[in-house]
Amino acid sequence: MTSSRTDPLPRTRTTGPPGATGGQAAQADGGPGRAATTEGTGGAQGHGPRVRRRHRWDARFSPYAFIAPFFLFFAAFGLFPLLYTGWASLHRVSLHDPTRMEWVGLENFSRLLEDDFFWNALRNTLTIGVLSTVPQLLMALGLAHLLNYRLRGSTFFRVAMLTPYATSVAAATLVFAMLFGRDYGMVNWGLGLIGVDHIDWENGTWTSQLAVSSIVIWRWTGYNALIYLAAMQAVPHDLYESAALDGASRWQQFLHVTVPSLRPTILFTVVVSTIGATQLFGEPLLFGGSQTGGGSHQYQTLGLYLYEQGWFTFQLGRASAIAWAMFLILIVVGLANWLIARRLNKAH
Amino acid sequence: MATIRKTSTTEKRGEGRAHAPAGRVRTTRHPLRTRPLAYGLTAVLGAAMLGGCAQDSGGSSASADGKTTVSVGVFGVFGYKQAGLYDEYEKLHPNIRIKENAIERNENYYPALLNHLSAGSGLSDIQAVEVDNINEVAGLHADKFVDMAKAEGVDKSHWLSWKWSQAKAPGGQVVGLGTDIGPMGICYRKDLFEKAGLPSERDEVGKLWKGDWSKYVETGERYMKAAPGDTAFTDGAAGLYNGAVSSYPVKYYDADGKLVYKKSKGVRESWDLAMRAVEGKMTGKLKQFDKEWDQAYANGAFASVVCPPWMLGYIKEKAGEKAADKWDVAPAPKPGNWGGSFLTVPKGGKHEKEALKLAQWLTAPKQQARLFEKQASFPSAKAAYDLPEVKGAKHPYFGDAPIGDIFAEAAEGIPTIPLGPKDGVVKTTISDIGILQVEQQGKSPEEGWNAAVKKIDDVVEN
Repeated sequence: MTSSRTDPLPRTRTTGPPGATGGQAAQADGGPGRAATTEGTGGAQGHGPRVRRRHRWDARFSPYAFIAPFFLFFAAFGLFPLLYTGWASLHRVSLHDPTRMEWVGLENFSRLLEDDFFWNALRNTLTIGVLSTVPQLLMALGLAHLLNYRLRGSTFFRVAMLTPYATSVAAATLVFAMLFGRDYGMVNWGLGLIGVDHIDWENGTWTSQLAVSSIVIWRWTGYNALIYLAAMQAVPHDLYESAALDGASRWQQFLHVTVPSLRPTILFTVVVSTIGATQLFGEPLLFGGSQTGGGSHQYQTLGLYLYEQGWFTFQLGRASAIAWAMFLILIVVGLANWLIARRLNKAH
Repeated sequence: MATIRKTSTTEKRGEGRAHAPAGRVRTTRHPLRTRPLAYGLTAVLGAAMLGGCAQDSGGSSASADGKTTVSVGVFGVFGYKQAGLYDEYEKLHPNIRIKENAIERNENYYPALLNHLSAGSGLSDIQAVEVDNINEVAGLHADKFVDMAKAEGVDKSHWLSWKWSQAKAPGGQVVGLGTDIGPMGICYRKDLFEKAGLPSERDEVGKLWKGDWSKYVETGERYMKAAPGDTAFTDGAAGLYNGAVSSYPVKYYDADGKLVYKKSKGVRESWDLAMRAVEGKMTGKLKQFDKEWDQAYANGAFASVVCPPWMLGYIKEKAGEKAADKWDVAPAPKPGNWGGSFLTVPKGGKHEKEALKLAQWLTAPKQQARLFEKQASFPSAKAAYDLPEVKGAKHPYFGDAPIGDIFAEAAEGIPTIPLGPKDGVVKTTISDIGILQVEQQGKSPEEGWNAAVKKIDDVVEN
């Protein structure tokens, strides 16, 4: 057995790292090489069964213990609020006395169906969602492709792309609100240089939605680009080589090699962005500084409308119904994504 | 990699205990060391979670040194600390310590207060309430507060009668003691008035519109005929509307507490005036407290704004040194109130008695006068108007205008308007939806009014 030898030389050799000190250190905490040599000596016959039972118990239940914190927290801060919100949505509940709940059945939901403010918010959420998600993901794809080239200072660019993501919504939105200011905003100043008249960004329907979308795009493009980049780097290089041999241009390679290989990743980002877009809240709230989402509610999203109903109108039951409507919408979106993914996989 | 492989193989075969103590330590201790860690983590997180549900005492208690800590819940900056009033009270009462819990915005503070009220915990010993919410609090939660009408040592004659009655519940209880009020004046730019050929001296400016808000709009029409540059006469139609409507004896609710804003003469006439101002293009199309509004101050983009005393500091800050000596204050056409707060003492707090004493002291005329001197919060206590801090008060930034006298005169002329639970919502909706749609989005007055009504209906519907 190597371990019983006293001369340092072989030990050093078996423990791997050169030099006596390295060997000593490895020995002290049972370095890999050393442990390998001590296997099979069959030492602990004495308390085999107990250890084994404990081990079995351990192997069986430890994983549950490890994931338990998440599920405890999820139950307390995810599942319970979800269910309680569902329960509250069937009642009339006022913020003045949240413990007194008056059963109204599905009234809060049927009310939503004929509530112009709700449909307006849903429409806005959808248009802002499309306006922000589509350009965001397309740009992310293009940027990832560029970053995938051998670049000087590529780490710098990658970090730089992630900085908007690390910025707080509040800070970003306040800056954008100033950029899009009507009288003294920088965007209008820039447009003025090329002869475009002042645009009242906040007060137009499309302009305000574009402005809000631009904040989302700015914050999330880099994040998605990095996800795409990671996926691109996993694409086997010989695919490109053979494509190049067949005479495919860079663009054709991107279209016929990169994009198809990225399909699962693209789907993932679409799902995540859609969820984010459905829940959009901070940007439109801070953009105009009010829960109304503009004088005509022209950029009031579902999240904002929920907030308004709960914390300004004090109707927690109605707010809960909106929350559940949003949840159901997300489930539908999730199902649609799943179906599309399945069809794509089959077609492939 | 190596560690993992090693661990699994040793476990499979038993461990090399006899010959390799170091190896054994590694292989068997490894799970032993992490398992307690995981359990510990679970326990800590679980405990933290339970702790989150535990009762919150609201931070008031008698501490080890025998001192009683009285907590004061406020929104924004009340200025008691800044004016040194807490320090002075602690000096006068060595066994009392004061702790202020401040939340920046009332729209976050008020829902939290309601939550704490219905939960019966988390309340401070003293809770401030904004005037837009005081009627709702009095109407729905009067039984949860100490009745100031019967509280020991409270002298109702200290306060302006309209202020005192704002906090009155239907049952006659009074839920709070008045702190500050916001009698409105008109802040204006002397230089712009002059350039437009209008008088710029404060008394003459006051005479331009004395007694009638429509004269203010007429002055605006005169101003716009010779307006310097592309300046506007006033910041926005909503400020004008708010000033005008506050001078009528009935605003949104009638004396029986019914919501009557659709038929209220005050609302109709003030709305029409605002529309006239928009039509005459004399407004800067600005929404108050927006970034653009701030920038317009800095750029001198409008010549006048309806201003209560608490706005003077704001104007000074935003308009800056560049506009020093250019601003002045004149009386408004008719007196009206904008803003103000109350101090309430929730029942059943640990230090109800001490809190009541402190609330009385903070709202006593003398302290109110001092707060005005330091923080420009205008006293709601009549007796304060004769104290030197108010009587002779002048504002250097506003051309040494005698703001104490101007605003005191306005304060005493303010009508006693019946309030209702949704006063604040109705006001903001008419301003931020109704007027804003017409002024900034080019909709017709009918469209704007209907949009506001629709939203208000949505809010008040039960």
